[in-house]
Amino acid sequence: MTKALSAQDVARTIGERFPDAVVEGDEAAVFVDGGRLLDVARFLKDSPDLRMDYLSNLTAVDYKDHFEVVYSVNSIEHNHGIVVKVRCHDREAPSVPSVVSVWQGADFQEREVYDLMGISFAGHPNPRRIMLWPGFDGHPLRKDWGQAQAAPAEGGAEKDAPECQ
Amino acid sequence: MTLRTEPVVINMGPQHPSTHGVFRMRVVFDGEVIVDMEPVFGYLHRGIERLAEDRSYHQFIPFTDRLDYLASMTNNHAYVLAVEKLAQIEVPERAEYIRVIIDELMRIASHLMTVGFMLNEMGTMMTPLLYMFREREKILDLFEMVCGQRLTYNYMRIGGVSQDLPAEFMPALKRFIDEMPGYIDEYDQLLEENEIVLARAKGVGVLPADKAINCSVSGPVLRASGVKWDLRRNDPYSIYDRFDFEIPTRQNGDTYDRYRMRILEMRQSVRIIEQAMAQLPEGEVRAKVPGNLRPPKGDAYGRIEGPKGELGFYLVSDGSPKPYRCRIRPPSLINLTVLRDLLIGWKLADAIVIFGSIDICLGEVDR
Repeated sequence: MTKALSAQDVARTIGERFPDAVVEGDEAAVFVDGGRLLDVARFLKDSPDLRMDYLSNLTAVDYKDHFEVVYSVNSIEHNHGIVVKVRCHDREAPSVPSVVSVWQGADFQEREVYDLMGISFAGHPNPRRIMLWPGFDGHPLRKDWGQAQAAPAEGGAEKDAPECQ
Repeated sequence: MTLRTEPVVINMGPQHPSTHGVFRMRVVFDGEVIVDMEPVFGYLHRGIERLAEDRSYHQFIPFTDRLDYLASMTNNHAYVLAVEKLAQIEVPERAEYIRVIIDELMRIASHLMTVGFMLNEMGTMMTPLLYMFREREKILDLFEMVCGQRLTYNYMRIGGVSQDLPAEFMPALKRFIDEMPGYIDEYDQLLEENEIVLARAKGVGVLPADKAINCSVSGPVLRASGVKWDLRRNDPYSIYDRFDFEIPTRQNGDTYDRYRMRILEMRQSVRIIEQAMAQLPEGEVRAKVPGNLRPPKGDAYGRIEGPKGELGFYLVSDGSPKPYRCRIRPPSLINLTVLRDLLIGWKLADAIVIFGSIDICLGEVDR
């Protein structure tokens, strides 16, 4: 059974190394400060006791007053896992550091979160939309999407054309 | 005199027989050799995650059938598992056994299609594929008995399954399970040492284990690289901890190993079904769940080992009858992260075989 590590314990371990990185640790998840996410991610992956080398799921939730980016990470060696969350309060231009340099499996998942939720990932090697076309108006998984937008813009295929060559 | 050469860009897809759906690879060639590749997604994007937010928890089950339509039953299972985790619903014993039997049949059916089409792309034109369609047909007949459908089953329910197995199901399943190992032997006899298969697949598209882990690859593709990671054993859900089965792995991580992995897994699935049939208890098949289910506030991530890898649903509830957020973790999409690295340095014909060996379903990639 994949052991769900106590988030409080992991929060304490991270806190010893990076005192300002952990916002809080409740029963199920460690909340990390967005600015220190990359340090924490590297620490989770490289620390011999944790060895979180497998990013199983990356997603984001729109809680209206803030966004939450959710990372479910596992260790294949130790067979344990933890959920790391980052809160993002800036609604206009939410941004979180990209973890692609730590876990390459984040590549498409971060692009998808950007495409559908509108959170940009600083340092992503290919920060473009993945499912929708380049001229698409807004980010449809946001709770307020569809109020400001009219019908989806026509001519999406044409906007995509230069890339087709 | 020096000849001026320049790279050639070829768009494979979205309409191409080898891409198993509407997937586009923008491939850059230097002569015949691939130097770069960019996957282009989204041609089948239907916004299923957003659709979930406008429906009750029960109403979303048929939508999960339309993700990976070659393995609809396991999609059903992953979703109801996540809801049951979120709402803390107990599932009756008999329903759990039925789910395991159905899941493993689905795994066999899905692997048959993968192997069949992969072999087709290697040049063993149509013959093995039609053999595999023959067996898949029997599985679809079994599914038709339990739920009346052959592709989009909508069979599992939150708290169990929609109806009990009909009387004719068990004898037919017994017949199939007795025959299936013989069929797999037949494939091995024809294909395991087949010259075409060896030439096209051995050493082609090697995926090293550390790369596979770093790219979050899951399922048979990960295990073919020698990583023993299977959620049925590593994070047992349902009742998988009660069965005696092996997690096969292969060491080379090439296309041939990815093909062999599926054959080995089919044998293990047969083993699991045999045990589940022997242990199948009597009783209810569905727990009492309110039609207007309101799970408590919070989030849950339920995941299963689907035929293509880790299939997960991350659900957030705000206490209302509709999911606040429903994220589908698509193994097909995430396994494609490694595709670019696998293809570089190979030729077009190899690209098609390597791509086939990853086994994706576009309904799940684009959602």
